[in-house]
Amino acid sequence: MSTSENFPISRRGLLAGGAVSVAATTAAGAPAAEAQPARTKERPPTARVSFEVNGAAHELELDTRTTLLDALREHLRLTGTKKGCDHGQCGACTVIADGRRINSCLSLAVQHDGDKITTIEGLGLPGNLHPMQQAFVVHDGYQCGYCTPGQICSAVAVLGEIEAGIPSHVTADLSEAPKVTASELRERMSGNICRCGAYSNIIDAIADVAEVKA
Amino acid sequence: MKSFTYERAATPAAATAAFARTPGARFIAGGTNLLDLMKLEIETPAHLVDVSRLGFDKIEATSAGGLRIGAMVRNTDLAADPRVRRDYGLLSRALVAGASGQLRNKATTAGNLLQRTRCPYFYDTNQPCNKRKPGSGCAAIGGFSRLHAVIGASEACIATHPSDMAVAMQALDAAVETVDAAGKARSIALADFYRAPGNTPHLETVLAPGELITAVTLPKPLGGTHIYHKVRDRASYAFALISVGAVIQRDGSGRVALGGVGYKPWRVPAADAELPRGAKAAASALLAGAKTSHENAYKLPLVERTLAAVLTQAKG
Repeated sequence: MSTSENFPISRRGLLAGGAVSVAATTAAGAPAAEAQPARTKERPPTARVSFEVNGAAHELELDTRTTLLDALREHLRLTGTKKGCDHGQCGACTVIADGRRINSCLSLAVQHDGDKITTIEGLGLPGNLHPMQQAFVVHDGYQCGYCTPGQICSAVAVLGEIEAGIPSHVTADLSEAPKVTASELRERMSGNICRCGAYSNIIDAIADVAEVKA
Repeated sequence: MKSFTYERAATPAAATAAFARTPGARFIAGGTNLLDLMKLEIETPAHLVDVSRLGFDKIEATSAGGLRIGAMVRNTDLAADPRVRRDYGLLSRALVAGASGQLRNKATTAGNLLQRTRCPYFYDTNQPCNKRKPGSGCAAIGGFSRLHAVIGASEACIATHPSDMAVAMQALDAAVETVDAAGKARSIALADFYRAPGNTPHLETVLAPGELITAVTLPKPLGGTHIYHKVRDRASYAFALISVGAVIQRDGSGRVALGGVGYKPWRVPAADAELPRGAKAAASALLAGAKTSHENAYKLPLVERTLAAVLTQAKG
């Protein structure tokens, strides 16, 4: 069995938040605690970051390890953005940073100083939906809904990328502007996984917003 | 993730100085690969020097008629640049064959070159891996090696380099420009940039510690037909099993580089010379000395057949 000698969190560390409590513990007589390394004594490094989220300015002092995803969800309580794989493989955490869709799980919050972030809440809210959100409702572009905020943020950005002339793997001719086609949408949305398999309806929804036939 | 301190460098000199004075420092740019590895504690930097805002985000013409691509140019922007699409189509094609739209928006040119292998045994910290933990052994040798190297590997490591972009750059004779903490700049041919695994697979490039990539240069355009053919397990958003990047001229001459076969984009001058004689001749020259396992032996015929498809496509 594990004893207090090798349990990684010491009483001292747990109580380090309040000097009075620490003093009281010592006074109560726990000499064994003195010999333990104070592994949690040092607070993890923090850094200050300022950015704008959905039009509102925020200044946060964060553990440097905090991803943009965790800053949005855990610190700003914007829980529309979802944590799926947390490794950039599923796309559930997709947000738009300075006009570009990114995986917010693979970005440190402190890297975004001065950036303008748009999350699903910033695209639209109940009663005032973004056209892409409305189209996902109309076309049943989801089942469980967990991947949906990432799908919608990605979809909005995808139409912008096509309009900006950014080529994709399926663009036939690099010298011509890419067009909104079903194959372009499928390829460009490949970074957003839907475990329920709502893909065909998602493509219908995006095509509807782009006013083309999927 | 292990905790770390963070600073954003304002100048290249500040970045290399910060690296030099802080033990355990790493540069971070897009971070899409580094953060993934930090979450798994495969990478455990004590200090991150953010080099994403050093002004290396431009693509400029060089006096030699080529392009200088800033180290921090995002993969999306490089693929979409009109000069790259017109004159270096192979590079555009390779870039958009890689990763996802979200990742390409964040990943940088230098970071793409420095990304680490996706060998599953490198990622699994319960397994021995000489690249992750020097001297611990290689679980891929004798393990599931379907994705692994067939050429240039060693008894210590059979990992492949995962980049598509680097395959195109290798075929285009790119060079990597760097600066070190003393302010000394140098240019390294991409052909000389990656180190063979040998007994030290954890050392992946010839960069000195703290040496910072500032740009990648491309010589003047080659003309010809530019093709990047990537074979993967699904149609999109997957690493290559193998890939063929080629620039083929009207007379059948050209250049070819392979992805997914070795520790670096694989290019053999003798194979370029064989291209007019067809895929079989060129593939034999490319893969001379190949060493396969039961699981990855398929890569040899796959390279030849993919190259045959590329040469057919080039004839239009």
